[in-house]
Amino acid sequence: MTSHTEAIHEHHGPPEANRSSRVDARVLGMFLFIASEAMLFGSFFTVYFFVRVVNPDAPAEWPPEPFHFPVFVAGVNTAILVTSSFTMHWALQSIKRGQRKAFLAGMVLTFVMGLAFLLTQVIEYLNVGFNTSDGAFASVFFGLTGLHGAHVFIGLTLLGMVIVRGFRGHYSPEHHHGVELPGIYWHFVDIMWIVVYSAVYLI
Amino acid sequence: MESPFRSEAAAFRLLLVTIAAFALIVLASWIQPWLGLVTFLALTFGAVWVYLRSRGPAPPRQHVEHVGDSDERRVLVVANETVGGEELTSAISELALSGRTEFLVVSPALNSRLKTWTSDEDPARAEAQARLDATLDRLSSIGIDASGAVGDVDPLVAIEDAVRLFHPDEIVLSTHPEGRSNWLERGVVAAVRERFDVPVTHVVVDLGEPAA
Repeated sequence: MTSHTEAIHEHHGPPEANRSSRVDARVLGMFLFIASEAMLFGSFFTVYFFVRVVNPDAPAEWPPEPFHFPVFVAGVNTAILVTSSFTMHWALQSIKRGQRKAFLAGMVLTFVMGLAFLLTQVIEYLNVGFNTSDGAFASVFFGLTGLHGAHVFIGLTLLGMVIVRGFRGHYSPEHHHGVELPGIYWHFVDIMWIVVYSAVYLI
Repeated sequence: MESPFRSEAAAFRLLLVTIAAFALIVLASWIQPWLGLVTFLALTFGAVWVYLRSRGPAPPRQHVEHVGDSDERRVLVVANETVGGEELTSAISELALSGRTEFLVVSPALNSRLKTWTSDEDPARAEAQARLDATLDRLSSIGIDASGAVGDVDPLVAIEDAVRLFHPDEIVLSTHPEGRSNWLERGVVAAVRERFDVPVTHVVVDLGEPAA
């Protein structure tokens, strides 16, 4: 709309970017970000399935003997992370209805559960009984779960910022975009964990 | 198609679906690894099929706020190759005679789909600009002062952009006759009528007929 802008508003300076109003720019940005993240995880999963399935020297057992994954502890951790998505959803619904206390409670609970997940994963790493030098299986295990752990850390940082802003009185039923976007990210991290847990620990 | 991450609520629903889907995959894998793979593939193809078939809800009808003086009318004129057509010029002249009217002529940068996907739109924009300049000169020669803009390749998007900036009281849409008009085939005129709560005038320009 360059010439229009110049003609009507006598615009000076750089011309406005030609834009399409079909998709909200913030939503499109988040969607493209999630798409790039999905591709990143996809590349790690490609390595994982190559090592486990395509590789002619793939171990018959997963993980190869004598190693074991802490399936039960990781399962409890999964339950914690899934629950944190429910509290995140509750928090957003609460701020949409103007229920500030419920919003803050939901955010704090989400943060605490996310932190519990991350700390449990660190403890799992310390006690899992193998490290990255114990073979390709160990490398892809730490690579996949570590990549996800890094995303949880980023998610926790975003949630922390929402909590600080929330306690300072920010957000309202009309203005809660700053809660919505971290919420989308948190659910994405949760969805990726379900895929990681199912593929690496259970199957 | 809608993004499953368009909102927190949509992402939360996707999470629930993911939990259910992977519970099924894990269960099938425990019974028989090949059954797990089949379940995974079936669910994946099913999800893709549902995603491709789903259409987003029709955008809500937009209210176009009147701006400017109360006695002033703002008319948005949207035309492709027909932008210099005699019928369109006549329609604009009639509107200009009906009172104080401000015109904005938008000429979408018509382009092939392949060129649009590859961002090769500079020639299309240059051609649209040339058509627009010729039209503005022609209107100016008959005493109508109009401003102009080159719009998006998609006429609906071009109109939406123009509506947000110009706030028209009326939209004039010029197309080729039925059977030769790509815009009519795509239902652009009907879509514009549904989307904006301002009068929409459809002018058919037959460039095949000699100018009067």
